Amino acid sequence: MSSLAATVQNIFDEPGCAKNGSKSKAARRKGCTRQLQPGSAAGGCAFDGAKIALQPFTDVAHLVHGPIACEGNSWDNRGSASSGSNLWRTAFTTDLNETDIVFGGEQRLCKAITEIISKRDPPAIFVYQTCIPAMIGDDIDAVCKAASQRFGKPVIPINSPGFVGSKNLGNKLAGEALLEHVIGTQEPDYTTPYDINLIGEYNLSGEFWQVKPLLDELGVRILSCISGDGKYREVASSHRARAAMLVCSKSMINVARKMKERYGIPFFEGAFYGIQDSSDSLRQIARLLVERGAPQELLGRTDAVIAREETRAWAAIEPYKPRFKGKKALLITGGVKSWSVVAALQEAGLELVGTSVKKSTGEDKERIKELMGQDAHMIEEMTPREMYRMLKEAEADIMLSGGKSQFVALKAAMPWIDINQERCHAYLGYLGMVKLVEEIDKSLSNPMWEQLRRPAPWQVLAKEMVQMRSPLAEIACDPALGETARRAKEICLCNKVDLGTIEDAITAHGLISVEAVREHTNAVGGCCNRRIEEILAASPSALPQAAE
Amino acid sequence: MALVKASTKSCAVNPLKMSQPIGGAFAFMGLRGAMPLLHGSQGCTSFGLTLFVRHFKEAVPLQTTAMSEVATVLGGYENLEQAILNIHSRAKPKIVGICSTGVTETNGDDVDAYLKLIRDKHPQLAKLPMVYVSTPDFKGAFQDGWEKAVARIVEALVEGPGVSGLRDPSRVNVLPGCHLTPGDLDELRAILEDFGLRPSFLPDLAGSLDGHIPDEFTPTTIGGIGVDEIASMGRAQWTIAIGAQMRRAAEVLQAKADVPFRLFERLCGLDPNDEFITFLSEISGRPVPVKYRRQRGQLTDAMLDAHFHIGGRRVAIAAEPDLLFDLSSTLHDMGAQVTAAVTTTQSVVIERVKAEEVFIGDLEDLEELARTKQCDLLVTHSHGRQAAARLKIPFYRAGFPMFDRLGAGHQLSVGYRGTRDMIFDIANLVIADREENHQPTPDSWRAPAALPRRAGHGSSGAAGRLTA
Repeated sequence: MSSLAATVQNIFDEPGCAKNGSKSKAARRKGCTRQLQPGSAAGGCAFDGAKIALQPFTDVAHLVHGPIACEGNSWDNRGSASSGSNLWRTAFTTDLNETDIVFGGEQRLCKAITEIISKRDPPAIFVYQTCIPAMIGDDIDAVCKAASQRFGKPVIPINSPGFVGSKNLGNKLAGEALLEHVIGTQEPDYTTPYDINLIGEYNLSGEFWQVKPLLDELGVRILSCISGDGKYREVASSHRARAAMLVCSKSMINVARKMKERYGIPFFEGAFYGIQDSSDSLRQIARLLVERGAPQELLGRTDAVIAREETRAWAAIEPYKPRFKGKKALLITGGVKSWSVVAALQEAGLELVGTSVKKSTGEDKERIKELMGQDAHMIEEMTPREMYRMLKEAEADIMLSGGKSQFVALKAAMPWIDINQERCHAYLGYLGMVKLVEEIDKSLSNPMWEQLRRPAPWQVLAKEMVQMRSPLAEIACDPALGETARRAKEICLCNKVDLGTIEDAITAHGLISVEAVREHTNAVGGCCNRRIEEILAASPSALPQAAE
Repeated sequence: MALVKASTKSCAVNPLKMSQPIGGAFAFMGLRGAMPLLHGSQGCTSFGLTLFVRHFKEAVPLQTTAMSEVATVLGGYENLEQAILNIHSRAKPKIVGICSTGVTETNGDDVDAYLKLIRDKHPQLAKLPMVYVSTPDFKGAFQDGWEKAVARIVEALVEGPGVSGLRDPSRVNVLPGCHLTPGDLDELRAILEDFGLRPSFLPDLAGSLDGHIPDEFTPTTIGGIGVDEIASMGRAQWTIAIGAQMRRAAEVLQAKADVPFRLFERLCGLDPNDEFITFLSEISGRPVPVKYRRQRGQLTDAMLDAHFHIGGRRVAIAAEPDLLFDLSSTLHDMGAQVTAAVTTTQSVVIERVKAEEVFIGDLEDLEELARTKQCDLLVTHSHGRQAAARLKIPFYRAGFPMFDRLGAGHQLSVGYRGTRDMIFDIANLVIADREENHQPTPDSWRAPAALPRRAGHGSSGAAGRLTA
């Protein structure tokens, strides 16, 4: 474990990250994410993060070494798209049982690797460590090393047990595993001056394919995408790229920085989220490639493509402006996405009443201020209760957020759009932003909301309902009231025996005659013969006496 | 009697099984104002949460003690204490249900003792019910977690019948297995009420996860059975347990409050519902309402109409034991052959499944069996979708999770009406499959040797022979 602890410390010291660089040495050691609060934590573990980062490698067999919870509860839950193999969607797990916990799980892991190779023969196997085997000391590094030698095939240990930290740390640990075991282990068939890597792009809902045609048109080749629609061979030979784009800086900055240090691949942080972002990113790619020796004319061609795409996109968004007039949106998402989406939504005519900046850097915040003005409502942290209130009181007409806060909006009967990883629509590049605006319009203009917000007829009639409520209805609703009523109703007037006592005697002893009732209760006065008969007639007669 | 076989593989592929702790947490979700808490690393909770949210499309309360590596080494007392205090002050729950996980079972946290210490130390928690269930990930499956949690809830919260020993003749406890949907529970509630009975469902997922829209935002469950109602379950006249998994909880209730129980292993199908309705008529002393006489007629008619399509089908089915037993029996009763049956964990019912053998295994096992035994109907939860696509056979989704279709919480299989609808759904799948994939062609019935050269099926062997 000591080497894992060292890796974690190493990740917390990230010169490539502005936020990290501004911290004191002591603060840096504590790590990037806040310590989790038991009882009020949300979000996945480090294993989850590692799996998210690497699972989109489509031709790799992803084997989870742990009890059933880690894979059984979570498999096939990501919407990355593959243009080839579907092996990544097959779940493999050692499903550790009690015996394995006692005697160690290494044997089972060895056999599992053998089974996968004999049945599927994938180009590589990624073995994910989880909490329990880490606790009991299963050495997955050793097992993987032995298996690699035995089968002559890369078997890569991903050392990221859940309890070492957050999902984000897991992303980075996954990156470390790639750097240590994968990147630079193979050579590409050929190279071109236009080869780039994309780092931290996961091709959710196939969204990268909204941008890829533009790169194809420019002649830019994606040597490797880490990891959306990626293949093992591509990432193994990704060290030959001329430039790299770091798409999700939060998850894989360590990979981009170290590839720059080791292989001299320059990178920039960018996104294809929003129109200006997409243009900036295309320009940066062209610039970096030209700096690395690609022909100068790439810049001109890139500008032409950008001009064409921007014109098209703005023209497509134009018709929505009058429709969005006066509509207010609340944007709850993290990091770079905030300002880049803010810009697009504002261009479409929406008013932003707030945006979250929880994961944003100082620079991000500055850009938001530029866009939304000095008094921009930047939300560091918003409780679900507060979100619900804002929506319920119509301070916003629509919320855009990740899946976690979905029901806050929907239960307030307010439009909501998923802009995080579980989304089922693709919102990347120029096409994607038009699509997002379309989706917002579809949601805002849906006539359903008006009906849903109307109160139920019985709420309107609530007042009358109160008057209509009879004592009988009250008894039916409230067992305690019924019980009191039963006790209050006297059946035998001479000896003061109430209805409850008689009913209970009947059910407790299965009585069927007036005589029997008199034997069991004090109702012997003779005044109540008829009334007891009625009670007997009304109560269930021969009750089945025993359970099966 | 089916032969029960366990997998000998070291690598489970495409798991059917889910873990015990989330099965336990699921049971607590049927309690009002509840906050289920997994004592483990935050991923244990996060994966479970995502699964429930994808299935129900609802906000789901589920918390974690967020065990870190260091806490795991030092013991989880402080994390548990902090989690309970945080939940108590922020979410203000009526009850906290705590399930252990593999991590905290492996390091040997004594949660019962921890809870005692926590109570001693924090008097403000005196009135907060906290129920703990031991549910290690490396044993059992989802259904086992539910079974244990419900038994523990009964043990901890149900009070004895009281000094007077008085029972309410109209009150009936219902202990539903985890294979019943909120829709199933609503159906059962309506049936019981039509017999003049007042049911208490434990757990009552229909109150919390039926998709209703609450007036206020709440971080705990938005409905379900209240702690007070659970306490008074000892005063009921009868307990109805549904699914063999609920025998344990029913026995605990009987031992504790002397409430007799009747176990219904199945509530899907004609026979099981005849038994059920007869029983309700007996304990209520009321004749069977006209509504159910009509529904029985509709079910028999549905069976007549559907047997043409379901009869003779070779079914590959994988589910947790009680659901497997229930659905496979119903399909068997309709004339289908249960050709491949896979389940997750041991149970008394699996050897009574109407199949030659039942495999305790995964969805890879199911897919292989279905392929080699040429099954033409697949029944399992949503994770069977990849297998269904490869096998190209009709796929009926049943069980948890069902994340790729809407309305999982309302899929019915109990009662005459629920069985009728399910039979129609399955028969319609078969019909649609025939229309899409098995339309007759001029060559459908031609002997292969006589196949013309340019036949659509392109059997090269036959064509080769023809030219030769």
